[in-house]
Amino acid sequence: MSHAPKIRLEHVEKKYPGSRTPAVEDLSLEVEEGEILVLVGPSGCGKSTTLRLVNRMIEPTGGTIHLDDEDVTSVNADRLRRRMGYVIQQVGLFPHQSIAQNIATVPSMLGWDRARVSERVDELLTMVGLDPETYRDRYPRELSGGQAQRVGVARALGADPEIMLMDEPFGAIDPITRERLQNEFLRLQAELRKTIVFVTHDIDEAIRMGDRIAILGERSHIRQIDTPERILAFPVDDFVRDFIGSGSTLKGLQFEVVDDAVELDPYPTMGVDDDPARALRAAQDANAAYVLLLDETGRPTRWLSVEDLESAERVTAESGTEVLAKVELGATLFEALEQMLISAAAVACVVRDDGSLYGVVRLTHLNRVIRQARVEAREHYERIGAAS
Amino acid sequence: MSGLTSVRARTGDAGTTTDGRDRDPGSGSAAPAEPSWLARARSKHLGLKLAPVGIALLALALFLYYRSLGLGDSVIQQSSSLQWSTKLWPQLVQHLTIALWSTVLVVVVAVPLGIALTRPPLRRFGPAIVTVANSGQALPAYGLLIIFLAMLGQGLRTVVVALVLYALLPVLRNTMVGLDGVDRSVIEAGRGMGMTRWRVLTRIELPLAVPVILAGVRVAMILNIGMATLAYLIGGGGLGVTIAVGLKLQQDPVLIIGAALVAIVALTFDWVGALAETYLRPKGL
Repeated sequence: MSHAPKIRLEHVEKKYPGSRTPAVEDLSLEVEEGEILVLVGPSGCGKSTTLRLVNRMIEPTGGTIHLDDEDVTSVNADRLRRRMGYVIQQVGLFPHQSIAQNIATVPSMLGWDRARVSERVDELLTMVGLDPETYRDRYPRELSGGQAQRVGVARALGADPEIMLMDEPFGAIDPITRERLQNEFLRLQAELRKTIVFVTHDIDEAIRMGDRIAILGERSHIRQIDTPERILAFPVDDFVRDFIGSGSTLKGLQFEVVDDAVELDPYPTMGVDDDPARALRAAQDANAAYVLLLDETGRPTRWLSVEDLESAERVTAESGTEVLAKVELGATLFEALEQMLISAAAVACVVRDDGSLYGVVRLTHLNRVIRQARVEAREHYERIGAAS
Repeated sequence: MSGLTSVRARTGDAGTTTDGRDRDPGSGSAAPAEPSWLARARSKHLGLKLAPVGIALLALALFLYYRSLGLGDSVIQQSSSLQWSTKLWPQLVQHLTIALWSTVLVVVVAVPLGIALTRPPLRRFGPAIVTVANSGQALPAYGLLIIFLAMLGQGLRTVVVALVLYALLPVLRNTMVGLDGVDRSVIEAGRGMGMTRWRVLTRIELPLAVPVILAGVRVAMILNIGMATLAYLIGGGGLGVTIAVGLKLQQDPVLIIGAALVAIVALTFDWVGALAETYLRPKGL
C-alpha cells in the first residue's frame, strides 16, 4: 500500500518501573484509514494497555507512534487526545453534567461557539438513536446502561475525530442490548468511516465488529493479524486456534455470501402443468430426492418427493410439502445453513428480490466454499512466508 | 465546669443529629417499606424547614426568660454581666468572629492541602499528614490553647490559630475522601478526551467532591463555635466569658443565658451548613 496508514506503531514498548518483563514488547502495528481493527486476546495480554498507548494515556517507554505521517510520540498528550474519540467499558459519563454538557466536552474545549455546540449535540444524539428533546437535559443517573453507552459514543464523536479508541465499549451491557448496539454502531461506522481501534476479550464480538482482527498473546505479541474470514479459515498456530475455540468453521460461514456472482448447482424443477414422469426422470438424473415445484412466476412453492411424483398422475399446488427454507440473494451461508437444517430436502432455496428461484444451496456447496477458503488462506500465508 | 460541658455536649448533639437526618434521604431510598408520609416529608427537606422554627422558639424562650429576670432590680453581678449592649452583644460578635475566621482559614488551608495530598506526587505523604492533623484534634482543646498561649501570647489571633489546627482534620480528611471517592472511570474518561489535569480537577473532581467537603466544613464550623467558648481562657473573649462568670459567681441565670446563646448560634450555623449541603450539591447526583 502506497499511502500512509492512519495509525502506525513502531517497536512500541511499555515497561513499568520495577518489573523485569515489559507489559508490551516490541509492538508494531498499522491501522488503515476507515477500518475497524479489533485487538483481542486473553485477559492480561496487554490489549487495553496497547490501546492506551495510542492516545498516550500510558506513555510508551520505547518506539514511536505516528498518526498519518506525523510523529506524535512526544507532542502534547492532552491536545493529541482531543483528536481521538475515547470510549471505555465503564462509560465514565460526568454525573454532575447533563447529557448535552457531557457530549459537548471536547467541542467546548476546542472553543466552538455555543450555537455550533448545541447543534452538534442534537445531531449526535439523533445519530446514536436518542431523541434530543427527551435526553438533552437529563442527567447520566437517569439513563440505562445501554443508553449511557450510546451517550458515551456520542461524546467520543463530539468534535468529529478521525480516530476512535474503544476499550470493551459494550462489555458491561446485557447480551440483547449489546447486539443491538453493535449493529447500530456498525451501521453508523458505514456512514462515518472512522479509523477505529477496538479492544475486546470476546472473539465473537471481534469477528462481528472487525474489518481486521489482531489476536494478541502475552506482552501484546501479535499472534495473527488478518481479516476475520482468513483467521477463521486458517489459524496460524495452536494459540490462535484455542482462542477462536470450537465452531470456527461455522463462524466462517458468516463471511461467505450467496450473490449472483456465485454459481449454484442446478436443481430439478417443474411447473404445475408439467409431466410428473419427466420430472421424476430429471430428479433421478440429478440424483435428487426432491423436485421443486415453481409457480407461474418462478417462485418455489412446494417440495415434491420422488414418491409424490411416482404415485401422482399430475401435481397440484397442494402436492408435497411447502417450501419454508428460503434465503434472499446476498444472504450469508450461515443463514443458508440455518435454512437447510429446517428444510424438507436439506437444501436452501435462494430467491431473487421478486421471489423467483435463483438456485439452491446444498451441503456440498458449503463444503466446497469452506475448503476453498482454507486453501486460499493457506496459500496467502505461504506467500507471505515465502516473501519474508 | 458542668455548665460548660453541657454546652459542648449540646453543640455536639446538634452536629450529630442533623448529620444523621441529612444522611437519611440517601439511605431512605434503599430502605424497604418506609411509610410514604415519611418518605414524602424527607423528600421535601422537612428537617431543613423545621430547624429554623425550633431555633426561633428557643430564641423566643430565651428572650422571655431574659425579660423575666428583671435585670433592673436583680443582684449586681447579674445585671452587670447580662447587659445586652455592653456585654452580651460584643461577646456574641467576638464569638462569631473567632468561629468564622477560624473556619475560613481552615478551608483555605485544608482544601488545597487535601487536593495536593490526593495528587500522585504527594499522595504518599497523605497518611502522615492526616496523622498529624489527627493528633491536633486528639490533644485536649484546653491544652492546645495553653500551648499556643505560650507561643503566641494572648488574644484573638492565638485563639484563631489554635482553632484552625483543631478543626483542620474534618475538612482535610473530607477533602481527601471526597476526591478519592470520585469514580476513577469518570476521571479516566475526562483525561482520555484530552482534558488537562487541572481541568479534570476543577470541572470534574472538585464539583463531585463538593458534598463531602461541605460536610467536613460544617463539622469544622460547629467545632469552632463550640471551641470559641474556651477563648476567654487566653483573653480571646466570646460568650465563654459570660458562662465563666456565671460559674464563678454561682449565678445560674448568667450561666444559662450564656450557654443558651452558644447553643442557638451553633444550631443556626448547623442549619446554614445543612442548607449549603442541600443546595450547593451539584445537580444530577
